[in-house]
Amino acid sequence: MRNFNTLNLVFIFLGGLILLFILAPLLGMFLSTSPIDLFETAKETEVQQSIWLTLWTSIAATLIFSIGAIPLAYIIAKNKFPLKKIVLGIINIPVIIPHSAAGIALLGVISRDTIVGKTAENIGFSFINHPAGIIVAMAFVSIPYLLNSAIDGFYNVPDRLEKVAMTLGASKTKVFFSISLPLAMKNIVTGLIMMWGRGLSEFGAVVIIAYHPMITPVLIYEKFNSFGLSYTKPVTVLFITICLLIFIVMNIISRRKKNVGTR
Amino acid sequence: MLELVNINKSIGKFSLSNINLVINKGDYYTLLGKSGAGKTMLLEIISGIVKLDSGKIILNGNEITINPIQNRNFGIVYQNQALFPHLTVFENIAYPLKCRKENKTTIKNTVNSLAEETEISQLSDRNVTDLSGGEAQRVAIARALATKPEILLLDEPLSFLDINLKHDITSLLRKINKKGQTIIHVTHNYKEVVSLSNRIAIIENGTIIQDGILNDVFHNPKSRFVANFLGITNYFSGKIIENNNIKYFETNGCKFIVSDNFPLGEINVWFRNNNVYIVNEENRNNFSNIFKCKIIDIEPTSKGIEIYTNIGIPIYLYINNDLNKQLAIMQDLEIEIGIKSEDICF
Repeated sequence: MRNFNTLNLVFIFLGGLILLFILAPLLGMFLSTSPIDLFETAKETEVQQSIWLTLWTSIAATLIFSIGAIPLAYIIAKNKFPLKKIVLGIINIPVIIPHSAAGIALLGVISRDTIVGKTAENIGFSFINHPAGIIVAMAFVSIPYLLNSAIDGFYNVPDRLEKVAMTLGASKTKVFFSISLPLAMKNIVTGLIMMWGRGLSEFGAVVIIAYHPMITPVLIYEKFNSFGLSYTKPVTVLFITICLLIFIVMNIISRRKKNVGTR
Repeated sequence: MLELVNINKSIGKFSLSNINLVINKGDYYTLLGKSGAGKTMLLEIISGIVKLDSGKIILNGNEITINPIQNRNFGIVYQNQALFPHLTVFENIAYPLKCRKENKTTIKNTVNSLAEETEISQLSDRNVTDLSGGEAQRVAIARALATKPEILLLDEPLSFLDINLKHDITSLLRKINKKGQTIIHVTHNYKEVVSLSNRIAIIENGTIIQDGILNDVFHNPKSRFVANFLGITNYFSGKIIENNNIKYFETNGCKFIVSDNFPLGEINVWFRNNNVYIVNEENRNNFSNIFKCKIIDIEPTSKGIEIYTNIGIPIYLYINNDLNKQLAIMQDLEIEIGIKSEDICF
């Protein structure tokens, strides 16, 4: 039997309080929502459309921005360059600024009277009140999670393996795709899941750029303002349940990826 | 043939200076030096992993100094093997062949042939993270050989292996070299050198201090560092004087009778620790140099003991286990040691 000393008991008690702090509000909400209310809410077209919109825009934000984020993470992890620490600070800015402020800042770049906004309108769409705007807002606040995780992943790939691959005849591109990327993949997948999860739950930045069409966090806010707490709970529970299920499945899939060590 | 001409490279406070070496086709060439002497850096300069500051690398008459790593065709094997952990044994060995866009049949045949040569055929489907040190080293060697390299570069390939595995890998390397493969082997262990190399260079603080044919270097160490590194602990600086037609080596108040061929004046002399004997009544007449001394320290080895004593200068001698038991050697024991003049070299 484990030796439970006083320190362990104090830590278990304090840790337990934190777990309770996280779980209690969620459990309270789940327990106070009847299955009938949940079922009725799930049938509402507005709710279905909102959840679907939230899911696909968050996935799109993750996938589209990963195309640039993964190479950026590789450059940061594998190179020494002037102002590297500043670049590392810049990529974490979205984490520390208020998300409504992030939305205002983004608006300054993608609103209709900016170059980006005008270009988008010439192509035939506007970022404002459009899924494209939602994707941009979600990506802005969530991209640090992917970047930080991918940087850690690439950083942990020994330079020696990459150099040995080159002595064996591999080009730099081949080394990236056959050695660096597979070895950093576990971290990248974790980063993608974290980015997606963070994008999914974004409210502040999205509500500034695209109140409509409503993603679920905005819909929950709308229902709370218009009808009160009891009308909000079913859609909240439904959304959390769907997100949790997807999150658990993706985590299981990512953990199945063999955790490769280096020899 | 590989020629290194005036290679210089500085990284931080460390620098490789004026490295000049010639490695002939078929050589088993060893770079011997302590940790941090610059051995691995030199190997990485040859392979192209590290760019040099100045100098030339010439392979078979063609300068390859600025050639990209991929075009040099040197196979490198590190002490920690540097196998790709996400690939199987087969995939690791096949990696360089895939880089060269060989067809599937060629890849399969080549990998199987190399696996057979390195005696790892049964490991093909295994993940490399599940291999023992010796198995992993064989895979690394097979992978490096897959490119049919001009030169196989080995960085301390035996360091992490236990004594049995060392013997196996040593045999494998000898076999590969006998087939004509040129090898450059970097190590800090002179015992590895004796059993494998035909030529050797000794590197200290980024400079080659002696190089040449193995036996020449072993029998003519140019400095105390080289002597110590080659396992010669009795190495002294002093002068040769002549008295009544007898030549003596004199150092720190000690006098040895030496052979007539020693030149007069300042000189470095050395003798091996197994050429220093414990004197008894039966063998007393065999020695021209006999000294009384006390045993200061005893270090057991696999086949005997090494004794440290001091006659005004430190002297190391080696005796086997049988003699050790017979003489009941112990610390502080007073003994007489004898050295034949013909065993003293310069």
